[in-house]
Amino acid sequence: MADGVLSAPGLSTVPPGRPGAGRTRREVLRQPGRIDRLFDRFTLAAGVTVLVIMTLIGVFLFYQSRHALAKEGTSFFTRIAWQVSVYPPKIGVVGLLFGTVVVALIAVVIAIPLGVTVGLYIAEYAPVAAKKGLQAVIDLLAAIPSILFGLWGFYFLSAKIVPLSRWMTTHLGWIPIFHTTADASLTDSFFIAGIVVSLMVIPIVASITRAVFAQTPPGEKEAALALGSTRWGMVKTVVFPFGRGGIIGGSMLGLGRALGETIAVVFLLPQVPVVSRQILQEGGATISGFIANRAGGNPFTVSGLMAAGLVLFIITLSTNLIASTIVSRSRSGVGVDA
Amino acid sequence: MTPETPSTVTPEVAAPVGRRPAQPPSDTRPPPRQRTPRSPRNLQQMDVVTAVAAAISGVSLSWLIFGVLTNGVGWFGFLVVSFVLFLGIFYVATYDRLGRLAAVDRTITVAVTSGMVVVAIPLILVVSYVVIRGLPALRLGFFAHSQSGVTPTEPATSGGGAHAIVGTIEQVGLALLLSFPLGVSCAIFLNESRSRLRRTVRIFVDAMSGMPSIVSGLFIYATLIIPLAKDSDLFSFNGFMASLALSVTMMPTICRSVEVVLRLVPDGLREAGLALGSSRARVVWSVVLPTAASGLATGAILGIAREAGETAPLLYTAFGYNAMNWNPFKGPQESLPLFIYRFIREPLESSIQRGFAGALVLMLLILLLFGIARALGRDRTKARRRRRFHPIHTLSVALSPARGRA
Repeated sequence: MADGVLSAPGLSTVPPGRPGAGRTRREVLRQPGRIDRLFDRFTLAAGVTVLVIMTLIGVFLFYQSRHALAKEGTSFFTRIAWQVSVYPPKIGVVGLLFGTVVVALIAVVIAIPLGVTVGLYIAEYAPVAAKKGLQAVIDLLAAIPSILFGLWGFYFLSAKIVPLSRWMTTHLGWIPIFHTTADASLTDSFFIAGIVVSLMVIPIVASITRAVFAQTPPGEKEAALALGSTRWGMVKTVVFPFGRGGIIGGSMLGLGRALGETIAVVFLLPQVPVVSRQILQEGGATISGFIANRAGGNPFTVSGLMAAGLVLFIITLSTNLIASTIVSRSRSGVGVDA
Repeated sequence: MTPETPSTVTPEVAAPVGRRPAQPPSDTRPPPRQRTPRSPRNLQQMDVVTAVAAAISGVSLSWLIFGVLTNGVGWFGFLVVSFVLFLGIFYVATYDRLGRLAAVDRTITVAVTSGMVVVAIPLILVVSYVVIRGLPALRLGFFAHSQSGVTPTEPATSGGGAHAIVGTIEQVGLALLLSFPLGVSCAIFLNESRSRLRRTVRIFVDAMSGMPSIVSGLFIYATLIIPLAKDSDLFSFNGFMASLALSVTMMPTICRSVEVVLRLVPDGLREAGLALGSSRARVVWSVVLPTAASGLATGAILGIAREAGETAPLLYTAFGYNAMNWNPFKGPQESLPLFIYRFIREPLESSIQRGFAGALVLMLLILLLFGIARALGRDRTKARRRRRFHPIHTLSVALSPARGRA
């Protein structure tokens, strides 16, 4: 055993006298070789690049927004209006942030039930032969660019939603969020923008929930069915509890996407920052849409937009980080591409 | 299917049994229920009748609400309310026939199935709307001319979007060159290395792929264009800056889709390579990547398809330009999404039509890329199916020594 590193019994008992017995046994390397060390370093560099880029984004947005932040101070985070044509200019992010959150919430309220439903249908209800095709439909919905949804929403869908908005405000106007001022225009509202954004959130929620539901252990599902449960009973007692982490995480990733949705919202909101409860009537702006709308301008405006962009970056980053952590920590989310 | 025979429960048995504890259980127990096997997938005539009747009464009831009792709600609201009413009526009718358990199960099956339909409808509507609006203004000249010298008052068919197509190809191509090696390396890091940072990086890649694309445009604008534009053309508004912004969002897309494919490579192949004495780098290069080649291509194409439609990062980087600019490293450049965005926002009808023609071209491009990606992804399963069902092929595979290879 003096020359051998291996201690497995079958390998170390080579009887003397057999050919090759005098050869020193090659050591099993615990240390990776030179090429592997290079390989490790190279791939590590690629992985770390992601972290570096994310850090750089935060740092540079902060650096370029220093003028606006220094000048406005805390009032940047408390003021609603964004007036650069007056002197001195007054800018604040509250109106933009409010619009961003409202549109995202409306989108998510519509998209989560539909997305989970679609994920459930593809995973549990659809005929096996149709599953791949249906997933392709969802992928295609995700592949359609935001600008096409924006065009369609502005020129086609908006006119179809307005009567619904009008009916809701006439007959349900006593609910505070459905109230509108008399004779207000009902196009370009948070409500319509939220509906269009929800179409872009649905594929995200659907893909993740489908992937999570598909990982449910078949044994547990069959056990539920064997005990006499209906399909819904099986879904309720096995599939949903198993996929809870995926549903929550997928919904939050959808929320992150909804918060950052840009071009469709440029078309669908007037991009004037307001804080109002009246989601059915015209008005409002989101951070991303506002930034896109105001591209170009004097350095102070740009600095303010950078500050708004920084706020958006921080919000979406934290939402997404929480979401991916939830998905990857949950029992069902191991190995799910979320 | 045998006709349903209701379990014959005699009144004595149905009477409350708790009052008579002394009774031996054999007396109180009802006779065993007649078993009527029922497949859950098996629709009876009565089920169809219930569904249709519930649909009719749902529509009629919402007509009563909106047409008679209150003023109109538009077809969208009408459909939504009709559907909700239909579900309610369907539940009540099934409850009456088969009991709560079956009613809940069937109502939810109907709801889940129609959820799928509801989501597929907007896709069809968007695609057909863009085709309907874009087709009248689209001429072959769109692919040959730029907008230079075209005044806004000319009809939408004059001029074209060749400059935008060139810009899109150059910007997305450059972005692919930058982000594909990085994305694949990152995927290898996530799947093939044993670093402790993997979990952190994976979570950040996920977060980065969900980052708003306008932020990546702002990032390039803040980092390169604002400080450096005065001194150099390379770091001013041009196609290269756009491709940098695009690669920030493209890289995590590629990384994630490639990582999924790498995960599908069987571990046996890796272990075989290692057992033959090759380094891990060698295994990745000669075994894992070739096995996953079609997946890499799919990832690249999906990345292209996503970036080709991105508008927001370009607003602060490529800026847009009405004439042909072949050089992505100097001067503002157009691209298809910017072309659409800039023309749609003009108040003239001809400009809007131009925008829709551009939208149609962009959509066709993306559908084409998507189709290619699907076809590439499908290759493997098709080959496997052929192997399984073609007798001669099956035989040759069975006899060949390399049978175990994937």
